[in-house]
Amino acid sequence: MTTHFFGDTTVLLARSLRHITRSLDTIITTTIMPVAFMLLFVYVFGGAIDSGSDSYVNYLLPGILLITIATGISYTAFRLFLDMKSGIFERFQSMPIARSSVLWAHVLTSLVANLISLVVVVAVALLMGFRSGTGVLAWLAIAGILILFTLALTWIAVIPGLSAKSADGASAFSYPLVFLPFISSAFVPTDTMPGPVRAFAEHQPVTSIIDAIRHLFAQQPVGTGIWVALAWCLGILTVAYVLAMATYRRRIS
Amino acid sequence: MTAQPTAGPAIRVRGLKKSYKELEVLRGVDFDVAPGSIFALLGPNGAGKTTVVNILSTLLKADAGTSSVNGFDVATQAADVRESFSLTGQFAAVDEILSGRENLVLIAKLRHLKDSGTIADDLLARFALTDAAARRVSTYSGGMRRRLDIAMSLIGNPPVIFLDEPTAGLDPQGRIEVWQAVEALAETGTTVLLTTQHLDEAEQLADRIAILHGGRIIVNGTLAELKQLLPPAKVEYVEKQPTLEDVFLSIVGEDAKDGDDSRPGTVGTDS
Repeated sequence: MTTHFFGDTTVLLARSLRHITRSLDTIITTTIMPVAFMLLFVYVFGGAIDSGSDSYVNYLLPGILLITIATGISYTAFRLFLDMKSGIFERFQSMPIARSSVLWAHVLTSLVANLISLVVVVAVALLMGFRSGTGVLAWLAIAGILILFTLALTWIAVIPGLSAKSADGASAFSYPLVFLPFISSAFVPTDTMPGPVRAFAEHQPVTSIIDAIRHLFAQQPVGTGIWVALAWCLGILTVAYVLAMATYRRRIS
Repeated sequence: MTAQPTAGPAIRVRGLKKSYKELEVLRGVDFDVAPGSIFALLGPNGAGKTTVVNILSTLLKADAGTSSVNGFDVATQAADVRESFSLTGQFAAVDEILSGRENLVLIAKLRHLKDSGTIADDLLARFALTDAAARRVSTYSGGMRRRLDIAMSLIGNPPVIFLDEPTAGLDPQGRIEVWQAVEALAETGTTVLLTTQHLDEAEQLADRIAILHGGRIIVNGTLAELKQLLPPAKVEYVEKQPTLEDVFLSIVGEDAKDGDDSRPGTVGTDS
């Protein structure tokens, strides 16, 4: 059956991409919250925040990008939940196809949808004065980190997508992920935070990822920080994938 | 892609058992379905009809017992089994955001068939959906959705079709449309396993009827055989009043159709 894996995944990917092009509102709503945060922080709070950077929007963008991904993947869970509920998931599973292609199509769709949202958010940031003189390689590195982070969160999203009892339950899991950047270096430097909060902020995955992207944008040396960021992404990805596959096997047995 | 048909029953179920935690749903189910026949599994809600269908469809593992579809063992030859049947589940499992034609093309491609467009157009014509082909399925009526659902199951001409409560939630019009589709299926030699809780549906369609009750098949036979289980028929004279269904269908029947040749209201048992 593995001989059909790529063909079946392509067919199913085309199907869910068609869902996205027919409900572009999901991409727009995905970008509304991060863009609103960006406007709020740059034009309302930003003047009073000492980020140690000449341009607050430059400082802010990496965290906003992670929030964009966190809101985007709730739609991944939602789309998967709808397939489970409508019975079309079972129909696919009962057909002579590579069964895992059903999940992979959702994962790849999530990647495409999130990349579109990220491009929209970066475009808005450029309008707001975001500038980076960084080179192609650094942009590719940033894209790579964001793709890894999207994949990691997408596999987390697969778990509620497969197991939720209601549409709200399928997407509610993303709220903590959306707010994780608030207790990180996303909006303000961590050194003004009180002890325990600071300790959490500096050792949670989001901070290392944001710092790595920020250094890449600012053409500063990334040091060992980028390896910590990559390790977090790959670690979350692996654990989420294992748990998602276990959930999946429970659902199809 | 159709797997080779084999001699012997198209579906064979022996000693099938399945429990959900403490709840014993199936306590040893046995039945055979002859190739090319329509077999109705009759039982109330919660009797385990869907559980049987899901086990045969390789979606659920049995706790005990063996079953085969088209000669392939469900537990050990799942891939061959999946080549041999199509499932039309309890809820019309169609993609609402795609059009009717796109749904059919999707399934044809997943069955790795060439000419998916031609296959889709043929089925759209056969199920009187050509006019609605380009519309999103979310705009379809219940009957149209079910017809599309069944059309999707026919792609690749699988020798066996499972229809799990195919008329649940349909209006009388939609029900007749589905019955005609099922009868047409049997004429092409497809084996149909149908579950239903409607006695008249089993009576109308099935060559053999099995009643699933308390986790076991308690009766299995043709309609004539089942009728012999009861005392001989008495002759009574009853004035034949039109049923509400007769009235409803004769009023709305002719012009509510989508253009396919239906015979509203007539319930002819021709076998």
